[in-house]
This record gives sequence, C-alpha cells and structure tokens, in this order.
Amino acid sequence: MTMAHSEAGTDLNATALERSARNEQLRLLSLCAPALLLIGIVALAPMGWLSGLSFVGKDGLTFANYERLLHPSYQLTLMSTFQLAFVVTAICLALGYPLAYLTAQMRPRAAGLVLLCVLFPFWTSLLVRTYAWLVILQRKGIVNTWLENLGLIDEPLRLVYNFTGTTIGMVHVMLPFMVLPLYAAMKSISPDYLQAAASLGAPPVKAFWQVFVPQSIPGVIAGLIVVFVLSLGFYVTPALLGGGKVMMWSMQVERAMEVYADWGAASALGVVLLVMTIGVLWLISRLVGIGSLIERD
Amino acid sequence: MTSEAGRGGAASLPITIRRLTKHYGKFTALDHIDLEIKSGEFITLLGPSGSGKTTLLMMLGGFVQPDAGSIRFGDQEVVLLPPHKRGIGMVFQNYALFPHMNVAANLAYPLKLRGCRRDEIADRVAKALELVELAGYGERGVHQLSGGQKQRVALARAIIFEPRILLMDEPLSALDKNLREKMQLEIRRLHDRLGLTSVYVTHDQREALTMSDRIAVLNRGRLVQLDQPRDLYEQPTSRFIADFIGETHCVPVEVREGQALLFGKTLQLDRPLRSTAPAQSLALRPEKLHLLGCDVPPQLNVIEGKLRQHVFQGDSIVSYVTLADGREIAVRRSQGFGERTPEPGDKVRIGIAPRDTIIVPDDEPTAPT
Repeated sequence: MTMAHSEAGTDLNATALERSARNEQLRLLSLCAPALLLIGIVALAPMGWLSGLSFVGKDGLTFANYERLLHPSYQLTLMSTFQLAFVVTAICLALGYPLAYLTAQMRPRAAGLVLLCVLFPFWTSLLVRTYAWLVILQRKGIVNTWLENLGLIDEPLRLVYNFTGTTIGMVHVMLPFMVLPLYAAMKSISPDYLQAAASLGAPPVKAFWQVFVPQSIPGVIAGLIVVFVLSLGFYVTPALLGGGKVMMWSMQVERAMEVYADWGAASALGVVLLVMTIGVLWLISRLVGIGSLIERD
Repeated sequence: MTSEAGRGGAASLPITIRRLTKHYGKFTALDHIDLEIKSGEFITLLGPSGSGKTTLLMMLGGFVQPDAGSIRFGDQEVVLLPPHKRGIGMVFQNYALFPHMNVAANLAYPLKLRGCRRDEIADRVAKALELVELAGYGERGVHQLSGGQKQRVALARAIIFEPRILLMDEPLSALDKNLREKMQLEIRRLHDRLGLTSVYVTHDQREALTMSDRIAVLNRGRLVQLDQPRDLYEQPTSRFIADFIGETHCVPVEVREGQALLFGKTLQLDRPLRSTAPAQSLALRPEKLHLLGCDVPPQLNVIEGKLRQHVFQGDSIVSYVTLADGREIAVRRSQGFGERTPEPGDKVRIGIAPRDTIIVPDDEPTAPT
C-alpha cells in the first residue's frame, strides 16, 4: 500500500491487481486440469496412437492401409453409411419437429411427462431395444401379423434384415437426440412473436413458417449435427437389423479387427471416418456459421 | 386477406365493449365490463396487477377469448374474429421484434403480408423510420438497437400498415425513467398526428395521467371509474381510486343526514355526497392542504394536529402531522414558511378548501376470490 501511494495516482495498486488477475486465471485453469488430463489420456492420446498405427505395415511406414480403402467395396460401404445417416436424420427431423413443437407449447408438467417418454429409450439397453425391434418387425412379427389380419397385405412385408429395418431401429435410437435440442430452441422462442405476427396480419400457418421456424433453426442444426454424426459411426443396430445386407463403415472396422486382426487397417478406417465427420461439421459450419449455434441474444 | 379489416384505412374506429366477462377457473379476470371508446381517443387501462387490464387488451387484440360479451370495432362484431383479421396494430411489452429480421424487414413484414409492391414497401418503411426518428437504421439488426430504439421500431411496425386501432401493452415498462417520460410524450404526439384510436395498458398512474384522454381504472376485473385524468385525480368516486391515484391519506368520517362529520365537526362540502353509508373516508392530497398560521379564513375546513417532522424533497417540503386519533397525514408545499416555521411537536392547524374536501365511500370488503 505504502509503495503504491508513493507512485503516480493512476497506477495505484496496478501491479498487485495484475498479479491477482493472473492468480485468478491460474486457479480457474487448475480447476479444469483434471478434466483436461482425463480427456488427454483417454481420448486424445489413443486417437493419436491409432492414427499412428494406421501408417504402420509389416515393413515399417506405409500407406498400404489407405490404398486398400480405394477398393470399390469400401466406396459402397461409405455410400451406404452416408445414405443411412442421411435418411435417419431426415426422418428424425420430420418426426421430431412436430413432437418438440407440441411439447414446447404444453404446460410445464405435461411437457415434463412427454420429455420423460422421449428419454425413456435411454433407460433400456440398446441391445434389448434392437432385439425387440427384431421381434416386432420379423416375418411373423406383430406388425406383419396385424397387417395380414386386417387384410391390408397378402404376404409379409420385409421389414427387417434390410435397409428399412435398420432405418426404423436407428430412428428409434436417434429421435431423442433430435427432440431435445429442438425443444430447447423452441422453448426460448417467446409466444409474443407469434402474437405479434398475428397482429401484423399473418395467418397462423404463415406466422409459423415465417416467424417460428426461422427462429428454431439453431435447434434444427444442432439436432441434425448430433443425429447425423452419431449415425455415421453407429454399429449395433445396423449389424443386428441389417442382417448383413446393410454394410456400415463401423462394421468394416469390426471386420478388420475380428476377421483379419489387422490393427493398421482398422485404424485407417477409423481415421477416415473421423476425417469425414470433421469434414461434415466443417461444411455445416461454413453453411450456417457455427457461431450462430452458440450465440443467442 | 379481405379488405374490410386487414387493409386498414386513414379513419380510426370507435370500440364498443359490452358485458365482457372472463373467468380462469374460480378467478374472475373480467366481470361484465362495459366501455365505449371514441374514435381517435387515447384511452388508458390502469390498474394494479391482476386487475384484468392486460386480459382486456388481449381480448381487443383477439389473443384471449372472453367467456361472454361483445366487442365492436365500428359496426363490426369482432369477438369471433381471429387476431390476424382484426387489423389492429399492437405494441408488446417486450417489443416482440423478430430477431431473425433486420429493422427494415420487421417493418416490411405486415406490408408484405398485404401484398404491397416492393417499391411501395421501401417507400413506406423509409417514411415510418422517419416518423419515429430512426431514418437510416433500416439495415441494423434488432439486437444492435438500444431499448428506446427497439421501442420506436415496435411502434413504427405497429402503425406502418395503417391500422385503425392501436393497442399498447405496457410498452415503456422496460425503459429507464428519463427515457420513459420522453417516450410518453412522443407516443402521445404520434397519436395526435395519426388520430388512431389507442388503447394503452399501464400500472403506472403517472404515465396514465400524462398520456390519456380518458383513463379506465380496473380493479379485480371490474371497471371502477372512467374519467378524464383531472377528474379522476380531483374527484375520485371510491376509496380505491383515491388510494391508487396520486398520494392520498384517508381519514374516516361519519356521515349523518347528508352531512359529513370529522371528529364531530361538520365539514363544508362543494358537492353532495355520493353515498349514504355511515362510515366513509376523507381523502386528503398533500398538495391540496395548507398549514395555517394564526388567522383562519372562515371558508376553510380545519383539522388540528401535532407536527411531527419536516422532510425536504428538493422541489417541495413535506410536513407530517399526527391527528387526534393517531393517524398521520402529509402536507406538501412548494416553499418554506414566511415568518414563523412551526417546529416538530407544535400544535398546527390544517386547512382544506371545500372543493378539495373529498368524501369517498369505503370499498365494500370483497370476499377473496
């Protein structure tokens, strides 16, 4: 104090305040340290190690693992992976948007109940749910039996062990990831906006499309990203409901490991998927601006 | 969109409200409201929270349906008309400017809905911005505006399509005091210029007194008094109004044979009593009272009390006086005393002119709803 007093009036306590600010930053950093360390050890380090592995062959450094991926069968897999992810994302949006909209209009208690139902699938094992779909969708399953008894179809629909079955199962798994960000975004849209639109002469349908939907876009983008990215790397549901007919990228990884025990090939597949995913995220962020997802005034 | 309500015109419309009633469960939001609003009039719905003023405004806008009753804009019954067909301009409490559109697009929105041509839209947007003194702000984002600017844009958007009725729901409550007072005058000036029938909701009695042609005071879903600001202030018809508008201290009086007695003394009145109830109140406004010297002008009513304290408030001095029954009343005056200032503890006499001697019936105790 006495030292500071001796200096010019404007610099009172300047060094001490600077030191205190620096200490505060260090304290905050030290609080984050355990989490950062954990991510480093269990996520970043293995990923670096795996991508390193992908460049290692029998005779040292090689690109052989990547060259093999140029084979048409891998391109087909990549195509069907993106196709499935795309279809699943689109259906999730089509189903999730009305559901989220309805929930956002409800009174808190009712909305809580609906959200509970949306989250309900998370409480049962993914494997159990997938087998349940097998039972429901198979040739002699509930769906086909009912449709036949109603006389709507003459022979059972092929609902499982193909693209359709995989899509149904995946949509079921992914729907909550679409509904939750949509609900959050819609909840933040004040009903006043729709009233204002109506007072300005907008019929309800126009007010919905011109005022409500544009403001819900951040939630839509967030849902699309989460569902699409998760679908790209999904394994269990396509493996069981696809019946070997739907080849996903993740199943190629599994095959490289289980059948050929080839760590290098598996790593290369993983790296390609990672790069693809980052590419998709980059593309979306270029299109809509990732800032618009985080920033809201 | 049909022309009759949506298109709007230069003319404003009168509003006729008849026996409008709304219940939420057991709570009575509006209880048989009757109200005639003249064409081009600026009317304020004033009341404490829960009085039904916002519900009434929302019904005019079409956002809340009444249980029963009639609303007419001119000759047209609108109770069953949805909001987008009513052709009313509305300013919301939080402005409700669309955040995904810039200022110009916000203003253009109602014109686009009405199928105006592009050049006409651009022209009218520019004019509207000029009207609210925001020329050149068209390309700004809504979030780049200050509170007062948002307020003006909201106002411009509500009138740009030339509605014949303008509704405002506490539009100034989010602004600080100085800006609020400036905007009060601006809104009133705009109203005078456009000649719209305007319905304004506020809980701020000073705002209501400043802006309105007439004020409708609501309490517990009922229309308690409808009058011009000055009459409302100087001739309250009930204890509730006397308490709610301005600063008032009430002293109980006894009413016998058309005479009002205060501490046994008959008060001189300018007007006959409104009610014959035996127990009523004398409503005293601090600025209407006079601390008297030795000589008492004979035409004044006089109350005696003991001076407790003087409080200096800048533009005035308030003296608190304790009456015989222990009640405290306040006397406001703009300057200090001339020759002799009474000290705290002194006995003082307070004079009230008969025209300021206002007797109001006590409100009937309302059963909790």
